[in-house]
Amino acid sequence: MPIYNEKVMEHFMNPRNVGEIEDADGVGEVGNPVCGDMMTFYIKVDDNRLSDVKFKTFGCGAAIAVSSIVSEMAMGKTLEEVRKITPALVAEELEGLPKNKYHCSNLGAQALNKAIDDYLKRQGKVAKRKKGGKDEKK
Amino acid sequence: MRKVYLDNVATTPILPEVMEAMLPYLKEIYGNPQSLHGWGDEAREAIEGAREKVADLIGAQAEEIIFTSSGTESNNSAIKGLAMAQQSKGKHIVVSAIEHFSVLHSARTLEKWGFEMTQVPVDKHGMVNPDEVARSLRKDTVLVSIMHANGEVGTIQPIAEIAKVAKEAGAIFHTDAVATVGTIPVDVKELGGDALSLAANQFYGPKGVGALWLKKGTRIIPFLDGGVQEGGRRAGTENVPAIVGLGKAAELAKAEMGSRVNRLSALRDRLIKGLPSRIEHVVLTGHPSQRLPGNASFCIKFIEGEAMLMLLSSQGVAVSSGSACTSRALKASHVLTAMGIPPEIAQGSLLFSFGLGNTEEDVDYVLEALPPIVDRLRQMSPLYAKFLKGKGGK
Repeated sequence: MPIYNEKVMEHFMNPRNVGEIEDADGVGEVGNPVCGDMMTFYIKVDDNRLSDVKFKTFGCGAAIAVSSIVSEMAMGKTLEEVRKITPALVAEELEGLPKNKYHCSNLGAQALNKAIDDYLKRQGKVAKRKKGGKDEKK
Repeated sequence: MRKVYLDNVATTPILPEVMEAMLPYLKEIYGNPQSLHGWGDEAREAIEGAREKVADLIGAQAEEIIFTSSGTESNNSAIKGLAMAQQSKGKHIVVSAIEHFSVLHSARTLEKWGFEMTQVPVDKHGMVNPDEVARSLRKDTVLVSIMHANGEVGTIQPIAEIAKVAKEAGAIFHTDAVATVGTIPVDVKELGGDALSLAANQFYGPKGVGALWLKKGTRIIPFLDGGVQEGGRRAGTENVPAIVGLGKAAELAKAEMGSRVNRLSALRDRLIKGLPSRIEHVVLTGHPSQRLPGNASFCIKFIEGEAMLMLLSSQGVAVSSGSACTSRALKASHVLTAMGIPPEIAQGSLLFSFGLGNTEEDVDYVLEALPPIVDRLRQMSPLYAKFLKGKGGK
């Protein structure tokens, strides 16, 4: 039995939205190579919506699949909608992850939220996200 | 699609001759070796024949061979059983930092039982220095266990020297030779210790059978209590077909040793030479010359091992990796860590282990398949992007 399901494998083999955005409106980087995975998300925001999302990821198959699906889930959504993308939703969208890879779905949601925080900071707006909320949970 | 199995460190396949030798013992010859009737006689004769073949492979005497269920059992049995048998003399044991978990975790269990353990470090090539072993010895050291070779990085240890140091200090010496027995020449008289572990599935025998060589006169507390099998040192009805398979595998290994070593070394060297010329930023792990014939282990920088493994698998190539993401515990290989390899580089671990089924074409296939995979993952890697920016590149 393969460790990853078909959907995870499909996103790992054909990841969507890989790359960087040179003139990104917000950038979010989470993780570090020492602990295993590292993800960087780049966003473009137009009229409160994510008009473009790109990512770069150093990590395993699950980390790459999570990055890919998160980029798809966020594309075209409003900032408020993107804030609602939780690790649980990411894992659900991938139709499940191996138990010991679940933390990868946290990283994806965190990186995206950090990119939005960065965007709001650049706009001079304070990040609206409540500290200690669900998205922050490790 | 071409299928290339380069994970012989996980297990080798069973040779057809080995399977043929086993078959009668899965069918008509089903007696219990302990029975006193004809059925028992046949089975007993079979395992005693296998015992002689295994002893012959490692230059031991037949009665010094104890059959077990695996290399792991041999190691558990040796570490715990030898230390416990000596505990009135002292409660200190010495192992290396790169031992297999069946040795390391057995040593941890001994700690819970009141023993103290010293882990001897290794150098950047994964080599144990006999002087370090000498320094770690104490008056109350009763057991020293250093592996003959490490399957992950291939480094072969100077066991004869280390055993001498341990014996001179009055300690019992055990070596985990799971990676070497049947793969390179091993002679217990030349190595000079008291106990040695081996496993059949590392040299074309079946899974689920191993052996412990115990020098005549060496005391051990049995790991499994019960009947009188294996001279009372390992109870439980013998796994006759598997033991016969181990015996056949040992016989073949002895007969073909020289040609196998030459063949695997040539494949290994072809990959070790070819890979860095096709892929930038590749580090060979383990010792450059003192290494197992079939082992080519690398760290490929800026990307992660599991992702490479999965993409190679999609091309029909089976390998393994010591990256944190590959391990179920999400920890980088303790072997790579002990060698001082930084965590982000250990994440790019990739291990190719050759076997008798492999050919030069397999190596060439890997040399074609891997570069685009590495390239693809590097294009995705923020670490590689940072590296390029740091270089002032594109």
